[in-house]
Amino acid sequence: MLRHLFYLIIVKPLVLVILGVNARGREFLPEQGPAIIVANHNSHLDALALMSLFPLRTIKNVYPVAAADYFLKNRWLKWFALDVIGIIPIERKATAGKDVLAPLFAALDNNAILILFPEGTRGEPESMGKLKNGIGHILSERPDIPVIPVFFYGLGKSLPKGEIVLVPFFIDAFIGAPLLWSGNRKTFMTELTDKLAQLQSNAQKLS
Amino acid sequence: MNWHAFPISVQIAFLVMGGLLVISSLFSITLAKLHPDRDYRELRLRIKTWWWIVAVFALAVLFNKTISVIVFGFISFLAFKEYLSLIPTRRADHRVLFWAYLAIPVQYYWVWQAWYGTFIIFIPVYMLLLLPMRMVLIGETQGFLRAIGTLHWGLMITVFSLSHMAYLLVLPAANNPAGGVVGLLIYLVFLTEINDVSQYIWGKTLGKRKIIPKVSPGKTVAGFLGGVATTTILAAAVAPHLTPLSVYEALGAGLLIGLSGFIGDVTISALKRDLGVKDSGSILPGHGGILDRLDSLTYTAPLFFHYIYFLHY
Repeated sequence: MLRHLFYLIIVKPLVLVILGVNARGREFLPEQGPAIIVANHNSHLDALALMSLFPLRTIKNVYPVAAADYFLKNRWLKWFALDVIGIIPIERKATAGKDVLAPLFAALDNNAILILFPEGTRGEPESMGKLKNGIGHILSERPDIPVIPVFFYGLGKSLPKGEIVLVPFFIDAFIGAPLLWSGNRKTFMTELTDKLAQLQSNAQKLS
Repeated sequence: MNWHAFPISVQIAFLVMGGLLVISSLFSITLAKLHPDRDYRELRLRIKTWWWIVAVFALAVLFNKTISVIVFGFISFLAFKEYLSLIPTRRADHRVLFWAYLAIPVQYYWVWQAWYGTFIIFIPVYMLLLLPMRMVLIGETQGFLRAIGTLHWGLMITVFSLSHMAYLLVLPAANNPAGGVVGLLIYLVFLTEINDVSQYIWGKTLGKRKIIPKVSPGKTVAGFLGGVATTTILAAAVAPHLTPLSVYEALGAGLLIGLSGFIGDVTISALKRDLGVKDSGSILPGHGGILDRLDSLTYTAPLFFHYIYFLHY
């Protein structure tokens, strides 16, 4: 309920009015899970802007995957991240004998739509860092799940890493066709990297 | 809103706008029915967006001063945001841009108060001095001149210029018995749009010699002259119903709007050409960005305002 109100009253109006998203390829967004959205990560707003692309009835089933060490570091942030935004926390460092991806498998088996930022952290504005392999691990276990690549342009200008003042900018979102598991972790990661690079070059052609 | 409190001419103006929308919608639907093989999606989209534009305009002028000022302030906000999203900005200026945005509510507050003296100098003087100071405090000198120049120009065009439209609504109504509070604004917007459309039509039918090929290859001498003439004649015909202008003054107003509307149009074209984009944005489906629609008004609004302010207020 709290989450629903948060997206209805704060996130959707904020993203629509203060920012304004021009989304291309909206038809590629999944209507139901399980599915994985993969996007570049330049700002805290990335996850919220992505969530706002979904209709409210779908949002309750969409979960950004976020770093536990950052978002669970104190009680208030933890409450906000888990109960209001609705993140699925994940450990960035592997610990022996513990499957860090287990909560993601559980959510996917529950037909969730996950939002993943495979760069691992917020990078330089409007660029793409090297992708981590977690997504490959997930797909090798759940090969039927579609992966939808998204490239955001403009959010790194609105609220870059280390800034707390939000400055309005129009944002472009480029959503690509779903990728399917190719059967091999390495080739899949290459395909995904290429696909995101292609969406990024669309963005640069416009700007 | 009290519809019957508006002068009959204003009521007619809105009925005409509504009528034009209905006709163009029916026309495009008929076209699509007659030629199912052709693609009229762009035209349909364009007309649908016109409905929205007229609805927002009606909201902006038909209720009360507060709503008017908020709607026009929001239009300036969208235009300024579109401008900043287009131009290259320095990362160091993040907070400077934030201050520039704050100029919008402040400027429209002067409009709401009808405080002419501050309205007219706030952005040209105070923001001109404040923004570079804020940049200097950050200390990034690489690209300083370009950053402050582009930022202030955008603020002038999208906020200062356009806020003159809203100021037309707070001028004393007693000076304009024919048009009441909203007559002047309807007159300005109507003539500016007519000028755009008639320059286009004259250019398509008679246009040969290009007038400014480097900036806007579609514009022709015939389109320009025909458009200005049409606007000037209509300005004189409509003036007694919406404005306090005499016939000769109205001919001058039409000439001013015709000429400056063209300049506003090609100025925004030059901006887009410099940045290598076709449209300034995509917020108005079928039209492009909000600056694509407001381009002529960035020139006609302040110039017409000062013309009428000098003559009658």
